[in-house]
This record gives sequence, structure tokens and C-alpha cells, in this order.
Amino acid sequence: MIWTRKDLLGLEELNREEIELILGTADSFKEVSSREIKKVPALRGKTVVNLFYEPSTRTRVSFEIAAKRLSADVINIAAETSSVRKGETLLDTGRNIQALKADVIVLRHGFSGAAVLLARKLDISVVNAGDGWHEHPTQALLDIFTLKEKLGRIEGLRVCIVGDIAHSRVARSNIWGLTRLGAKVTVCAPKILIPPGIEQTDVDVNCDIEEALSKADAVNVLRMQFERDARDAFPREIDYFRKFGITRERLKKTGRDIVVMHPGPLNRGIEIASDVADGSSSVILEQVTNGIAVRMAVLFLVSQAHDKRISAD
Amino acid sequence: MKEKARILDQEAVKRCVTRISHEILEKNKGVKGICIVGIRTRGAHLAGRIADCISGIEKEPVDLGVLDITLYRDDLTSISQQPVVHKTEIGFDITGRNVVLVDDVLYTGRTVRCALDALADFGRPRTIQLAVLVDRGHRELPIRADFVGKNVPTSREETVEVRLTESDGKDEVVLKERGNE
Amino acid sequence: MIKESLLIKNGRVVDPVSRTDAVKDVFVSSGKIAAISAGIGEKASQVIDAAGCIVMPGLVDMHVHLREPGREDKENVASGTAAAAKGGVTSVLAMPNTDPPIDSVENVALFKRIIRCGAKVNVFISSAITKGRQGKEPVAFDLLKKNGVIAFSDDGASVDSPEILLKALVKSREKGFLIICHSEDRNLSAGGAVNLGLVSTRLGLRGISAESEYRRVERDIALAARAKARVHIAHVSCAESVKVIAEAKKKGIKVTAETAPHYFSLTEEAVLGYDTNMKMNPPLRRRGDLEAVKKGLRDGTIDAIASDHAPHTENEKEVEFNLAEFGVTGLETELSVAVTELVYGGVLDWMGLAEKMSFVPATILGIKKGGLLEGRDADIVVFSPHEEWTVKKDDFASRSANSCFLGRRLKGRVRYTICSGKTIYAAE
Repeated sequence: MIWTRKDLLGLEELNREEIELILGTADSFKEVSSREIKKVPALRGKTVVNLFYEPSTRTRVSFEIAAKRLSADVINIAAETSSVRKGETLLDTGRNIQALKADVIVLRHGFSGAAVLLARKLDISVVNAGDGWHEHPTQALLDIFTLKEKLGRIEGLRVCIVGDIAHSRVARSNIWGLTRLGAKVTVCAPKILIPPGIEQTDVDVNCDIEEALSKADAVNVLRMQFERDARDAFPREIDYFRKFGITRERLKKTGRDIVVMHPGPLNRGIEIASDVADGSSSVILEQVTNGIAVRMAVLFLVSQAHDKRISAD
Repeated sequence: MKEKARILDQEAVKRCVTRISHEILEKNKGVKGICIVGIRTRGAHLAGRIADCISGIEKEPVDLGVLDITLYRDDLTSISQQPVVHKTEIGFDITGRNVVLVDDVLYTGRTVRCALDALADFGRPRTIQLAVLVDRGHRELPIRADFVGKNVPTSREETVEVRLTESDGKDEVVLKERGNE
Repeated sequence: MIKESLLIKNGRVVDPVSRTDAVKDVFVSSGKIAAISAGIGEKASQVIDAAGCIVMPGLVDMHVHLREPGREDKENVASGTAAAAKGGVTSVLAMPNTDPPIDSVENVALFKRIIRCGAKVNVFISSAITKGRQGKEPVAFDLLKKNGVIAFSDDGASVDSPEILLKALVKSREKGFLIICHSEDRNLSAGGAVNLGLVSTRLGLRGISAESEYRRVERDIALAARAKARVHIAHVSCAESVKVIAEAKKKGIKVTAETAPHYFSLTEEAVLGYDTNMKMNPPLRRRGDLEAVKKGLRDGTIDAIASDHAPHTENEKEVEFNLAEFGVTGLETELSVAVTELVYGGVLDWMGLAEKMSFVPATILGIKKGGLLEGRDADIVVFSPHEEWTVKKDDFASRSANSCFLGRRLKGRVRYTICSGKTIYAAE
């Protein structure tokens, strides 16, 4: 299997072999972070630009650490989405970064498809670090990596994703990635937060959290943001917790040990009870650690593919 | 590629491993302080054999590690085939130890240079020694082997292929030459 | 030398008014059609050999955004009508959502001056229904009509207030003008960018439901029925709207409807990949909607085809999908797309095509166009029905190239466009 994409834009467009290659490469990279000197020279002389139109400390820091452990130089640019219309267009910003001879842009953007636009118009690599409701591929990859590490496989696993599925890029990337690797995905949310057309896919929909959990090997708890539709459905946050919150009682009722994941940052007492987040079934901090390895793998692979393209020209 | 000659057969490979093991023990005055680190892929197989041999002789276990040097290569961008990154497994501290680095063929010395860089990231060994099954010459860097299974004078048009049971089903070393079959 | 005249020889004349479909010659003199018959022997200053070609009335496109005044960077009357000429269109109804909008006698006068200077085809004028297209204060219908406005539409927006639309419809019956409805309930569609469904989910974009369209179509038709007025529904895109219109027609309500070529040739799948040239309002729908639109065209539920030519600059399209403007150009591709999808697709015959694209829209607008009759203005399109061509970004006469058919291979190519006897376009 050879990685040929100069960009990582989403998991929907990847096949099983490509996803497995990223996971396998990440597995090799994980060891680097356990060394005394947590650095390898693989991307020495390369410049990675974190271009973030949305505030996100954890993803930005994770990418920054990943790039630095590969010896790349990292520049962080924080731009406000609101200024996009008034000032420089996304494309112009991207072209400028390319003119500065950067090698990779890691883009976080509030609008779906922003990374696709940039990748199509630029020659340098673009890694999607979350675009609107569309995709957040590295988050899903680290979720899947952690799950595989914990349970030994993905094929045949039953994974429940609970939360505002309709407006979640994490949910979408997880759905595409997990199903491609042969897992059975159930999404759990109130009807209004279930994305339209999902019934045309292999994904199961269950609006009852206890029923959904009863058939799950793992649960991925999404961070509740209470945007328009969610706020309509749950005027008070406690209403959501009562109906969909992941609590010890709910997990206990299943009689099985369900792996609990969360992309962070946690809203304790809203989508997840504190004792569950800190409990023995939780792999939330492992996810954070694995995020570095996964992002190292992604940065390494897209840079390689990009170099191959140049030398082929 | 035309196969020109068989340099070592199964028995010869075995004899080389045994001899190198003895030489390592001799030079280091026993097993104390030694650890063996093989360079993926075939260096790792040879390292395993040498470690087995040494602990067989000394009746004492010897630390064994595996090094993947992909991330340290200075030709990452120019090699035509995409490298696959594998795991490095060094489950012990190398600081203050005598590290015996093992590879199958010593040629330009660049692989060993990468391995030295990588090892430096794991700690500060007392010494690093180099053991290779075949030294075929044409060094591009000031690097030499401490333990050599067989010196094989070659031309640059030739290649040396090491086959080991673990990865290739049998033990042998052959000399190949570019050209029409 | 004979005075300015034109002889189109040996073409297959397809005329929906006289129901002619035969190989004939067309003789044009002094801008008018002088004769149509076989073997015309007259000498003419220009002769077009139309053997193998179809000779039809010039197309009447009742939904065109010429962008002038105000947004000449997207299009102006000169470039927009040049695009029309290239597409075989000889009459357009210009939409009033310009800057300033066409909503007053002064602005109509301004627009008329622009037309006089730059138009290569017949430009008919529509006005907004409400001042500034704000949906609040009705325009001076009488006065505007007297000044040459033939239709009223707040296109781009729906008139939300039923009272205001009802009043306008009552007035339209009394004074005999046309109300065109952009039927969209913004309460249901706001923030949407693509059709609601799995595609909007896959793209992570807010969806525009079919409901936001057909519910408003229902309302607009109900108001027309109450006013006993006729009403025209613009850019029908979904199966439910077709059904609603069919039922209204059955009941005898005077409703007419148009669709645009992209609604019978493309589905929502085309938006995957975030191509902003596939972003229009209403959005591309599903396969079932496309089939329903075709069926509606065949059975007469949908009366006309109009391009909804909506030019936008590259700057306005090369942005995040959410920020990109709605709309695509269409004047230069509509005939070929209709030929490819509808005639070769077995939905319409050549006569049906001529009806939907010239005669019927002319009738809806109440203009004397869309027919090849002796004494009429010589507005004619000559096209080779079999010739194939590829839509290319650099080949447009329009100032904008935001076509949803870029790269598509189409059948049917315009050879000549004649407007008032003058050859305004000839293919190389």
C-alpha cells in the first residue's frame, strides 16, 4: 500500500487500506513519544503552518507537538472567521502561505469544505483539522486507533456515537472511518439532531440511549455545543444530561464493560458524568496521547506524497 | 538482475554468526554491559541470532533491540519507493552500555550513519560497535565495521542480496549484477 | 444591389405557431420574415445554407439576470445579450434585482437607456413587486406598466406577506400584467446551501428542503386562485412542486411554470466535492425530482424552459461553499442542454422544444415572439442538431463563467442567431 494523497481532507474518501496505513504508521510513531529525546528528523527542514479560523487549543497543540516531534518548523496563524468576508479570502491566505514556501497547511475552519477548496487550489499539502460540520479526520483516526489499541480490532465492533450528530464533524469522520473498517455504528440523539438521509447508509439510528448502549462495545460521547437546533430541543443542559448523559448507572445496566471515548473538551455533567470520564472504562486521556502519533503519521504521509509528486514532475 | 555468484550458503552464514558472536564476547570481555541492536529488517534477524548465540555461550541473557531508521534517512524525499515506517523497539536504557549495532550489508555507510543518529536519541552509550554479515566496500562516509562476516570486493554495478530464513525462507548471500538475463 | 435581406435555405423549419415541421426556405427582408416556403428564388444580400440544420424561432428566455445597472463586474446588458445571441436566444426578460433594483419609473428609464445602447437582443423589462424587493411596499404597478414593464417579480426572494402578494395579484388581473413568483419559504430554507438529504449530510451543509419550495408554490397558487389572477412560478425544481402545479391546473387555476436546464440534467450528487458552480437556489435535487421535472415538461405541467442565467464573478465563486453566491449562467448552454437531455432523451420532440423555449414563454409574457410567421420580426435561431461541443470556461461571451456544465459534452450547436433580421451571432 502506497500513500498517494498530498492532502488529508476526510475519511469518507479513503479506502480501507489507506486508513489502515495511517493507523499502522501511527503505531510505529507512538514509540517516539516515549523516548527520552522525543524527536526524529523525518520532517527536518519542512514548515507546517497551523491555520486556525476557529479557536481550538487542543487540536492545534496536538498538531504542533506532532510536527515538532518530526523536526518540522511550525507556524501558528489564528484568524477570525468573522474577518474572512471583510479581509483576505481563504484562498489568498493559502496562496500567501504557499508563497512563503510552507510545506503543509493544517486548516481548521468554520465552514464545511474549506479544506477541500484550499487543497484543490494549492500545490502544497493540506490537512483538514476540522471544517464546519463536514469532517475532522485526525480526530476520528485517533478515536479508531485508541479503540483498536484497547479492544484489539475494529472489524465487527459495535460503536455508539451519542450527541449532536447532525452538526458534528467528529461524528461524520467516525462514521465513515469505522464503517469502512467493518464496525457497526449506531448514532444516538434526539430526532432533531439526527442528520437527514442517514437512514440510507449502514448506520443505525437509535433515539434511546439505554437501548443503544445495550448493544455497544464502545461509546463515543460528543461534546454538546447546544447550537440552534440542540438548544431548541434542550432549553436546559440538565435536560440533555437526564436524557442522553453517559452515567455510571446507564453503563452498569448494560452488564458489560463499554469503552468510553470523548473528543474533548469535556462538559462534565452535561454529556458525561464526572465519574465515568475519570473511570476505568474511560480512554479519554489515551485518546489525547494517541492523537500525537496519529497526527505525526498524517503529516509524514502527506509530506511524502507531496515530495513524490514534485519529483515525478 | 542476474545472479552471478553465491557468496555464502546456509552453513557459511551460520559460521559467520557464530564467529562474530565469539569476537564480540572477546572484544568486550564477556557479556556484561553489552546490548545488541539490529537495523530493520535483516539486521534485526541477524541481531536476534547473535544474541541467541551469545547467551548460549555465556548462559546469560543479553538485551536485544530493533531499530527502524526510516525517519532518519537523508534520502527520504528522493527514494522512489515510499518507505514504510516500522516500529523501533529498544526496551532498555542504552546509556553507558556497549551497543553492538547489527546490519546485513555494509556499503556506503549511510544506513549506519542514520542508525548512529537514531541511537543518539535513545541515550549515550559507552561505545557503539558495528557488526555486519557482508562488507562490500564503496564507503561514502568515514565508517567501518568492528565485526565482519565476510569481506566481498564488488563493483557498483553489482548488488549483494542477503536472504535469511526469517524473511526469505532460506539462508544465503548472493552477488547479482545489473544486465540482461 | 438588393436591399438588406437574408435567405435561409434548406433548413428544417420547426415553428410552433403554424405547426410547421418541414424543409423550407425562410426569406427575411427589412428585419421581418417576408416568406416561408420551399425553393424561394429571391436574391438576398446574405444567404445561409441551413441544410441539416433546424430553423426555429429565436428562443425567448423569461428568466435572465443581466446585472446592469450595478453589478457590471458580473455582467452587463451588452455582454449578457451577446451571451444570449450565442445561445440562440433573441428575447430575454431581465430580472429586476439590479442595483438599484428596477422598482420605479426612473429606474426603468435608466434601464431603457442602457438597453438602447448595448442590447444585441430584445430585452423586456420586469419590475420588482415591492420597493427594493423588501417585501413591504408595493411598487406603482400602473405607472410601471405604462412605461413598458411587462412582468413583476421579487425574484431572488419570495413575497412573504400574503396580503401584499394578494393585492399585487388582484391588480395584475385588473391591469393585465404578469406576476412571477420565486417561491421559497425562507423560514424553512434559511442558511441552506444544498438540497436537504444524505448529500447535505455528507457535505456537512445545511439543507434546503423541497418543502420550503412546494409549500410556497402552494400558497402562491392559492393566492392567485383567490385573486382569480394568473401567476407564473419560476424555476421549479422538485417533484412536489410539479404535483402541486399539475393539481392546480386540473382545477382550472391560471398557473404557468418554468424550469431551468440544470433541474432536468443534474442532481444533488453534482455538489459533492463542493463545486460552487453547482450552487443555485433552488438547489439541485434528487433523481426522482429530475424525473418529475422531465415528466412535467412532457405532460405540459411545466410550460416553459428558462435559464435563470445568474452570472457571478470568479471571486464570488472561489470561496467557501457557504459564502459562494447562488446561481449559474445558462444563456449559452440552455438550448444544447435541452437538446441533449430532452430531445435526445426522448422527453420532447423538436416541436415541443420550440414551444417550451420560444412560443410558450412569449405567450406567457404576452409578447409577439416565438413564431416564424410572415410579417413578424425575424428572430430566428439556426442550429445543427447533431453537432457536439464541449463547454469551456474560456469560450463564454458572458462576463462570467460560473456554468454548471463546464466540461460537459453537449449536442446541438447554434450556427446562426438572427434578431430583427440581423445576424447577431454566427458560429466560426
